[in-house]
Amino acid sequence: MEEQKEYTAKDYKSDQYVRWCPGCGDHSIVNVLQKAMATLGIPPHKTVVISGIGCSSRLPYYMNTYGFHTIHGRAAAVATGVKTANPDLTVWQISGDGDCLAIGGNHFIHSVRRNIDINVVLMNNKIYGLTKGQYSPTSDRGFVTKSSPYGTVEDPFIPAELVFGARGTFFARSLDVELSVSQEVLVEAARHKGTSVVELLQNCVIFNNNIHSYVADKEFRADRTIHLRHGEKMIFGKDNNRGLVLDGYKLKAVTIGENGVTLDDILVHDAKSPDNFLHQSLAMMDGHDLPLAIGVIRNVDAPAYDQEVARQVKEVTAKVPYHSLREFLLNGETWEVK
Amino acid sequence: MAEKTKVKVLEDVVVRFSGDSGDGMQLAGNIFSNVSAGVGDEISTFPDYPAEIRAPQGTLGGVSGFQVHIGRGVHTPGDLADVLVAMNPAALKTNARYVKRGGVVILDSDSFRASDLEKAAFKTDDPIQEAGLSHAQVVPVPITQMVKDSLADSGLDNKSVVRCKNMFALGLVCWLFERPLEQAQHLLKNKFAKKPAIYEANAKVMRDGYNYGNNIHASVSTYRIESAQVRPGIYTDVNGNTATAWGLIAASEKSGLPLFLGSYPITPATDILHELAKRKDLGVKAIQVEDEIAGVCTAIGASFAGNLAVTSTSGPGLALKSEGIGLAVMSELPLVVIDVQRGGPSTGLPTKTEQTDLLQALYGRNGESPVVVVAASTPTNCFDMAFQAAKIALEHMTPVILLTDGFIGNGSSAWRIPDMDEYPEIKPNYVKPEQLGAWKPYDRDERSVRFWAKPGTEGFMHRLGGLEKDWKTSAISTDPANHEKMVRARQQKVDNIARDLPLLNVQGNPDAELLIVGWGGTYGHLYSAVEALNAAGKPVAFVHFNYINPLPANTEEILRRYNRVVVCELNNGQFASYLSGKIPGKTFLRYNKVQAQPFMVSELVEHFTKLLEEE
Repeated sequence: MEEQKEYTAKDYKSDQYVRWCPGCGDHSIVNVLQKAMATLGIPPHKTVVISGIGCSSRLPYYMNTYGFHTIHGRAAAVATGVKTANPDLTVWQISGDGDCLAIGGNHFIHSVRRNIDINVVLMNNKIYGLTKGQYSPTSDRGFVTKSSPYGTVEDPFIPAELVFGARGTFFARSLDVELSVSQEVLVEAARHKGTSVVELLQNCVIFNNNIHSYVADKEFRADRTIHLRHGEKMIFGKDNNRGLVLDGYKLKAVTIGENGVTLDDILVHDAKSPDNFLHQSLAMMDGHDLPLAIGVIRNVDAPAYDQEVARQVKEVTAKVPYHSLREFLLNGETWEVK
Repeated sequence: MAEKTKVKVLEDVVVRFSGDSGDGMQLAGNIFSNVSAGVGDEISTFPDYPAEIRAPQGTLGGVSGFQVHIGRGVHTPGDLADVLVAMNPAALKTNARYVKRGGVVILDSDSFRASDLEKAAFKTDDPIQEAGLSHAQVVPVPITQMVKDSLADSGLDNKSVVRCKNMFALGLVCWLFERPLEQAQHLLKNKFAKKPAIYEANAKVMRDGYNYGNNIHASVSTYRIESAQVRPGIYTDVNGNTATAWGLIAASEKSGLPLFLGSYPITPATDILHELAKRKDLGVKAIQVEDEIAGVCTAIGASFAGNLAVTSTSGPGLALKSEGIGLAVMSELPLVVIDVQRGGPSTGLPTKTEQTDLLQALYGRNGESPVVVVAASTPTNCFDMAFQAAKIALEHMTPVILLTDGFIGNGSSAWRIPDMDEYPEIKPNYVKPEQLGAWKPYDRDERSVRFWAKPGTEGFMHRLGGLEKDWKTSAISTDPANHEKMVRARQQKVDNIARDLPLLNVQGNPDAELLIVGWGGTYGHLYSAVEALNAAGKPVAFVHFNYINPLPANTEEILRRYNRVVVCELNNGQFASYLSGKIPGKTFLRYNKVQAQPFMVSELVEHFTKLLEEE
């Protein structure tokens, strides 16, 4: 065991001036990420932060870790290469909704399917900020932007649905304004072996201000969100008296103490259930009829790709009688010329 | 029937096996070339297969061929065949043009019924005449029937029996060239190690084919090949793609770095992925990813993490990897990109060969984006050039594109297994402990090369990226003068590599008036043509390029030495136009072929002779 050193958030902070717009949700996310890293205690030199392109993808420059600001959409592929090459590193992927789900959609679903042990921080502001305001693959139907002056005529991706469709093993969600929940889910994501996707609903103060305020505003947040914790009752509301139950195959919000509903009737969150049916139902709640779920929604164990590659290499190298190229070549079909 | 068999002593012969793509012609050809190599011949082989995996039986689209050139002075798989084996009329028709005048054609007479002729679109009942093979010595052999008779008691079903025909043909060809059957049986036994009954049947049929030739004393010339004098050592038979994979493993051993391959299947490059995937047993991490872009990007990630990182592809895949290669240029990470060129543009002719990706490799990226471009010249040279590509990438912190092609990638030769001491050490440009504290990621040494700090190393945390960086601080910069300085530094780094490259060597007759210039996979044909001309008293000089960017240091001096320089390539003149830009004012003659086929030695000799006569 390596000597366990205590780290603080400052150890993960670089000397670079942070250039996001004042009021941007990314500021709090980078701070929370540094705190999460300090909590995890993985040394900065064993931490790698990989990003694509977009506002959020500037993040690696602000981290005093190993970092790589790559090209649009490809962070997942680069991160896959880093982790497969050296599974001892803790690898974070920072992406926005455009980077991760539009141009990078293919790499995203395949990294989730493979279950490579990387932690994907998906900052979702439902807009392209760096190119100054076009609709993204998570923008709602009818959304008016510079590239959709008459409104979009297409439906958005719901990131959780993609993760489940790709048979993901870890999905969590938080809001840029929910600092403690964000820190909690980032720590859990890093501890999970496999692809961990953390969707952070983030505000773009310039091009899409208040896009998440229906759930994020302090005034409504307690009633329109639910913080899920593994093994705990699914309770929410500013008076902590609302809860979720199953009505047939559907989730339903109820009030404890009304219509004969007691605390015993309320569902207990099981993030570790291999069956993802309930996880998906929880993740699809949007704050309107049912509260938006934050916290770790799914967290199941499955073989991680990087470990499997390493295991297979170890297994097959142990089985063969040769251990160098020359030994291998001499072991094959040869003839001698004298 | 007792006409005495004439025995011809030849220095080299070319045999072409052809049949339906399910007829096992590649296997027959492979065994024949291996057996020949085993008795000391130089060998060169080339498969010619259709893009369709199984076209309808007996049709022209489904014909698969395998050409073997054996003997001494063998540098190519040969232009024309001394012997053609045609298992059906379609094979006869598509391969007739490859038969030498007076050559031998062995055919399975049982598959030349009227209905077979019709499938191959013959209009008359005389396919020999119609295919223009009246000049050839035709040996019709009822192969199918004899195989059926021979295996009547074998217990195998009819389909399995008929599939043994290729071994009858192989046995007959072995008799023709006096090849011992023991080695062929040994190879066959390995092939069918898990199916002893199938092995027994094939081995029996092969002996039948051999004995048949012996017994009928076929009234054709038999040949005896003079074995070549080759360097003593342990040999194996290798194709270019496999040699490429092995060269990378050698570089991994010499550099002490784990080898990583990120790849996506694409013809004709996939065998590199196959071989490296198998070589997980030597510790290689070869992964198949979701697309070509992920191939290059996982490799870039692995390089950042400190591996010898490689991606392999063909032309369309190289196009998809362009942006990734640009990132490796900008972040100055070592990366080897292998392009096994095929006929283009677009999907083009996937199973055929061409040299049409040269300009794409040199320039196919946005911005001023210099990369090292090298090219392999023969199947076995793929080993050396893959090794050199890795060495340059690791020591100079740059992407290197290695160009091979379908011809040398699939073609094979005998290769002496080297002692690894014959290859130089590879010393990556790592950060040094004394740099700790003051080091910035874009600091450069005197060669303009930046230093490599692997994640996991304490104190050297740093951030790379595709954005332009400041010369001094390595932070993001849009300063105009800084950008220009960085552009020049990246160019200088690549240019400086010329100092480490071997000088060009003039072959043939250096005092000749005419200089032949080639690059990459055309070496064997050009060399053979140059040898033939000089032997015939027609002096020509020859230089061949393995290093394209940068060019060897003496390139300009040599090319300016000759009044007439003809650049020969399988494209519309890409290397010639590149050289024109590098050597201003110099005029280059061009000889170009864009048929997605290799050169033929004969056409080169003819063309150069014409050029000499014009003098």
